[in-house]
Amino acid sequence: MKAILLLEDGTIFTGKGFGAKTDSVGEIVFNTSMTGYQEVLSDPSYCGQIVTMTYPLIGNYGITRDDFESVRPYIHGFVVREHEEVPSNWRAEYSIDELLKEYGIPGISEIDTRMLTRILRHHGTMKGIISTSGKSVEQLQKILAESPLLTDQVERVSTKSVFGCPGNKERVVLVDYGSKSGILRDLTSRGCDVVVVPQDTTADQIRRLCPDGILLSNGPGDPKSVPHAVAMIRELLGEVPIFGICLGHQLFALACDADTSKLKFGHRGGNHPVKDLATNRCYITSQNHGYTVDEDSVQGTELLVTHINNNDRTIEGLKHQRFPAFSVQYHPEASPGPYDSSYLFDEFLQLISNWKMANPVQPKQAQFTEKALKAVDNTRGEVTYAQK
Amino acid sequence: MPRNNTLKKILVIGSGPIVIGQAAEFDYAGTQACQALKEEGFEVVLINSNPATIMTDTNMADKVYIEPISLEFVTQIIRQERPDGLLPTLGGQTGLNMAVELARAGVLERENVKLLGTQLSAIEQAEDRDLFRNLMRELDQPVPDSVIVTSVAEAIDFSEQIGFPFIVRPAYTLGGTGGGIVATLEELKDIVASGIRYSPIGQCLVEKSIAGMKEVEYEVMRDANDNCIVVCNMENFDPVGVHTGDSIVVAPSQTLSDREYQMLRAASLKIIRALNIEGGCNVQFALDPHSFQYYVIEVNPRVSRSSALASKATGYPIAKMAAKIAIGFTLDELVNPVTGQTYACFEPTLDYIVTKIPRWPFDKFTSANRKLGTQMKATGEIMAIGRTFEESLHKAVRSLEIGVHRLHLKDAQRLDDETLQARLIKPDDERLFLIAEAYRRGYSLQQLQDLTNVDWWFLRKVEGIIKFEAILGSGELTLDLLYEAKRKGFTDRSIAEVRRFANDTQNFITEADVRAFRLANNLKPVFKMVDTCSSEFEASTPYYYSSYEIENEVIPSTKEKVIVLGSGPIRIGQGIEFDYSTVHAVWAIQAAGYEAVIINNNPETVSTDFNTSDRLYFEPLFLEDVLNVIEQENPIGVIVQFGGQTAINLAAPLQAAGVRILGSDLESIDTAEDRKKFEALLRKLEVAQPLGFTVTNVADAVGIATKLGYPVLVRPSYVLGGRAMEIVYSDDELLSYMEYAVTINPEHPVLIDRYMLGKEVEVDAICDGVTVLVPGIMEHVERAGVHSGDSIAVYPPQTISEDMKQQIVDITTKLALGLNVIGLLNIQFVIYKDEIYVIEVNPRASRTVPFLSKITKIPMANVATRIILGQSLKSLGYEGGLWPEDDFVSVKVPVFSFAKLRRVEPTLGPEMKSTGEVMGRDRQFAKALYKGLIGAGMKIPPAGTMIATISDKDKDEAMDILKGFHQLGYKIMATGGTATMLTEAGLFVTTVNKLSEGTPNILDMIRTGEAHIVINTMSKGKTPERDGFRIRREAVENGIVCMTSLDTARALLEMLRTINFSSVPMPEFRTDHMQKSI
Ligand SMILES: Nc1ncnc2c1ncn2[C@@H]1O[C@H](COP(=O)(O)OP(=O)(O)O)[C@@H](O)[C@H]1O
Ligand SMILES: Nc1ncnc2c1ncn2[C@@H]1O[C@H](COP(=O)(O)OP(=O)(O)O)[C@@H](O)[C@H]1O
Ligand SMILES: [Mg+2]
Ligand SMILES: [Mg+2]
Repeated sequence: MKAILLLEDGTIFTGKGFGAKTDSVGEIVFNTSMTGYQEVLSDPSYCGQIVTMTYPLIGNYGITRDDFESVRPYIHGFVVREHEEVPSNWRAEYSIDELLKEYGIPGISEIDTRMLTRILRHHGTMKGIISTSGKSVEQLQKILAESPLLTDQVERVSTKSVFGCPGNKERVVLVDYGSKSGILRDLTSRGCDVVVVPQDTTADQIRRLCPDGILLSNGPGDPKSVPHAVAMIRELLGEVPIFGICLGHQLFALACDADTSKLKFGHRGGNHPVKDLATNRCYITSQNHGYTVDEDSVQGTELLVTHINNNDRTIEGLKHQRFPAFSVQYHPEASPGPYDSSYLFDEFLQLISNWKMANPVQPKQAQFTEKALKAVDNTRGEVTYAQK
Repeated sequence: MPRNNTLKKILVIGSGPIVIGQAAEFDYAGTQACQALKEEGFEVVLINSNPATIMTDTNMADKVYIEPISLEFVTQIIRQERPDGLLPTLGGQTGLNMAVELARAGVLERENVKLLGTQLSAIEQAEDRDLFRNLMRELDQPVPDSVIVTSVAEAIDFSEQIGFPFIVRPAYTLGGTGGGIVATLEELKDIVASGIRYSPIGQCLVEKSIAGMKEVEYEVMRDANDNCIVVCNMENFDPVGVHTGDSIVVAPSQTLSDREYQMLRAASLKIIRALNIEGGCNVQFALDPHSFQYYVIEVNPRVSRSSALASKATGYPIAKMAAKIAIGFTLDELVNPVTGQTYACFEPTLDYIVTKIPRWPFDKFTSANRKLGTQMKATGEIMAIGRTFEESLHKAVRSLEIGVHRLHLKDAQRLDDETLQARLIKPDDERLFLIAEAYRRGYSLQQLQDLTNVDWWFLRKVEGIIKFEAILGSGELTLDLLYEAKRKGFTDRSIAEVRRFANDTQNFITEADVRAFRLANNLKPVFKMVDTCSSEFEASTPYYYSSYEIENEVIPSTKEKVIVLGSGPIRIGQGIEFDYSTVHAVWAIQAAGYEAVIINNNPETVSTDFNTSDRLYFEPLFLEDVLNVIEQENPIGVIVQFGGQTAINLAAPLQAAGVRILGSDLESIDTAEDRKKFEALLRKLEVAQPLGFTVTNVADAVGIATKLGYPVLVRPSYVLGGRAMEIVYSDDELLSYMEYAVTINPEHPVLIDRYMLGKEVEVDAICDGVTVLVPGIMEHVERAGVHSGDSIAVYPPQTISEDMKQQIVDITTKLALGLNVIGLLNIQFVIYKDEIYVIEVNPRASRTVPFLSKITKIPMANVATRIILGQSLKSLGYEGGLWPEDDFVSVKVPVFSFAKLRRVEPTLGPEMKSTGEVMGRDRQFAKALYKGLIGAGMKIPPAGTMIATISDKDKDEAMDILKGFHQLGYKIMATGGTATMLTEAGLFVTTVNKLSEGTPNILDMIRTGEAHIVINTMSKGKTPERDGFRIRREAVENGIVCMTSLDTARALLEMLRTINFSSVPMPEFRTDHMQKSI
């Protein structure tokens, strides 16, 4: 099956189609991980994007339910040099082709993905369309021109309803902007009592869940397209310990009056060096983001830069100087990528217990009686008989 | 953390001679390290006994010592130089063991020398199998059940507990010397015993076999600030059970999911942290293909063969970074030299697939046991890069230079099914091709999985290639099909062959046709860059590989360029010496103002360090690939004379393709190699040559032999590489040779030369067409008949008259001019009855170029290159004739790897067998020789016991040699005949049993270590030969000196005489004055 990848700048790649037979528009980005294509595919942060893997052989070890990072992939297209139809790994359940078919996602292979990557590096990420449906280039150009990029990705990928993952330690409210399962895994494996809430949950609704801590998840797109989240965070700052990851980190920054902007082609891969400014230690991290917190916008806020990217020096970690809140741009939950930063979850739980220590729970009986007294109501109950 | 300023002077220990398990990769590592240290302004002192290395060039370190790497000599150098620090982790196992020895002997402490990078404790924890297992337990890292044994009995107990099979691994040995997989009690006794012998601390690990699992390696780095990264992981095609050095390896891993990848990554980091290594480290794992269960196989706390491979596979210079870390830098502050803008603290990511295939010496050693196991047997390796596995694998296969250019072995069809299956189960060097053969016979994937345990994915890829060949072979060759074939790495030659074999009446069955069709459709490869980051960052590495893709990344430069062809994989007869010359050529080309471009495929070498040339093309040295590069670069010409036979063999086809060969042209090469033309030339120049004839049938052979008179030297004229070349002494020897060693018929003539039992002399010379400079003459200790590469060479000659030297120089000059040599040439002579005969002329760089360059201070390859580029010797300040001799004596001593190659005949003969060499240099011959022999690893006791088994033809000659050893206080042991003869001659001799005479016999003497030296000149073709063979094998396997040439023995004797004090009784008074006796 012939396939076409058409870029905004007019470049046309012709290759071999796999996955679903359809057309799909999206923002074309590249990921440099050599393993973990499945985690990439199923990471909701890629919602609305067409993902190119720079490693040429994709699908070798197949697909297994265990390695999903969400219930389904949200990417708009998948670009590889070569995809393997017959996977080999003891856990493999089916092939990448079957996965894409199942979810109606088009894929293109047999193209010069390195060339594509270099184009993206020079011109930055851009809009593009994958077609495996046999449409003509003209038709595709038309579609591409007419279809804007998504702005409501967070709404699309976030859970619609509240649900709990019971545990008997700290209660953490995980605000789902498109959370990877890895975050949930890291919390529950530490015994947390996790309540996952939709992206538009208000501060009050969260208060009602009496959280010990709030985790702002990763998610797709521009942090500025989820203003309500910023408002929620602003309100709860200082009330409950907060930990932000990726999009959560950007929202946290916005809530603290810093600003965010788009990177030329983002950071997507499992080999990005992040320096902890406190210890001068460097960590290899897993990353996936197109936006970043502006360095100078942090000046004059109450935020402290804790981590930076050791290569391009962009901000990778923030901490509130007054309130119990911190965030990182990268993925401590790894998958795909190195586990080196999972200690951040322990730091979050540490922060929570310190906070509890400092703000012990006040027994509320007194309040209840007082409230009761105030609200005296003399209505009496009686029985009467209706007229016949 | 910046540079550690308490250090000023640093000692670097090299890895010594090239042996199996330790090859050119340590020249690459050492060179990078020295450069890195100098870059940081340290004073670098280097010791390495191997003269054939770039690292021992005096511009690499402030002081270079080419001395034996032994406690004695290194200690002396330390006392002399007083370094502050010692960098032990870049000289392979040799360097590491030396450091341990120095520390244990208290030298480092006494002279207060700091160990840099890795601490003694870490080395011991990683190397001592027992400490290692304990550490793994602490870190809860799984290791297979095992016990440490120091006796066979203990091993037997263990076998009773856990049962067979298990494997035996000696402590502190490299390449798994003396180890192996054991399935029976007999094997156990055998292998454990030898293992204990080989281990310097007499210790073996006996371990449950985990053969069959996936073998995966991680290359890890760590700095003092505890930053850790993984540079590269690699997956072995061959499951656990075949040494990684003998395995086909791909990078990155192909069949590991992210979970598995990260699980092993995390384990590697945990281990390197626990060992506190500051630098590079290699961790080997076995991974169960059916679960997350894994085992740690071993850790090498140093740069290794794998780290060289990883460096070339990723572009990340591990050794360089390791050196900088050792002197205090941290990864996050070191710039990644590839991008120039990012830092070394990151993990390289590849957008191509790398395949490594080992190069084995079995073409030379036909009698050797080819089976692959836990003991490494390969002498070298090649690497290939492609965008598909098929492309990468095909490139790798044709880089091997074993006469194969696709997954097809000529003789494979002839194998019967049992043999085929047996060889699939017990792997040998040809398994990859046999798998292909099995598919051609219709074996199923499942069957092959069951037989080989190779992962499904790899097997399926091979199956895919075979299936594709079927399509390629039948029917029309459409452009699409051709494109697909190219994307899968098929050469035009392969495509043509596939079609020809399928049906030789169809079209496109010749390489030329396919090529024409391809070029007509403008179907050409592009070149992609190796940049460590999958092009996420701008990079300017001049490191490229070809692929059939769209975008070409080479930016054509306007400067004039010269291409130098490398020498490919290291093999017996073509070693690191040729890489040395290649690198010098490159430097000379650059100095002359051109751009130097290298094509080579050996990941171990300095020439494939992307810093060496202006552009490195990591490609097969195969005509089509070379032409692709030439078309891309369009150079003013190509230099073939530094890349050994590999490059020379490309001269003809390249010239035919219209490429200009710089330096000595095809005509000279051809004249030197074509017997007829060469004879004609010699006749014209009136230069003598051993009389010889070409025969095409046995009768003539015998006739000629009798005419020439035995002994004669016979060799087939057609065999490439390991030519069965032999000296025969009689008709029956000749007949058996004709019967077993060669096929003789008009297509396959055999050459018979008179064997000149004389002194062999070798020269290297440089010629610019007018003047001929002879940097030096080397005299061989062993008489002609022992290959020039295997004999001890001495410079300057010790026993050759001035007049003789002059004649040699005259002949050399005549030949150089007569052959129109432009550049280097090498000649071997034999001096027989004061007459000089020419054995052969090689119009190219030779094995001895680095040796001579270093001792005469003439950068020969460099000078030759400038001449090739048009300068004259005069303009470079050189006169013709013999260069004034050095007043030091330098000795080149060959080093062999017999211990690693079961069943190989250690007797020296006209076929080269050595894998490496060392140099000994001093004011007198004896001292130089002593250093050479010690450097070569000989253990020579000042006195001890010597076993002598001498063939009848040598007995008289042997007499005074043995007497000499006797006078030095050696006890002589001999069997029957030799014993009586010596006793009659008045020597004190202990008689030992022949093998046939029951135990204790000679072998026991060797095994029990009672004998220290063996002299064995058993002649071939007779029954004692088998005994002789077993004696020689026993000797080399027990690591005791075994001399098969009386010349070597005599030299050794001379040496011992000069360096030992002798005790002589006082002369008696004249009796006539002593009437009264007291
Ligand atoms: N327990 C085992 N069972 C089977 N094969 C093994 C076992 N341990 C090691 N091997 C094989 O032996 C090879 C050499 O072992 P290793 O410890 O790496 O020695 P070396 O120091 O020579 O590299 C390994 O590459 C592996 O394939
Ligand atoms: N006619 C001969 N008489 C004695 N020795 C010879 C003769 N021809 C060759 N040899 C021995 O065989 C060795 C190898 O022969 P050579 O022709 O140099 O082959 P190669 O190409 O392998 O160097 C020489 O180094 C020399 O020792
Ligand atoms: Mg090993
Ligand atoms: Mg020779």
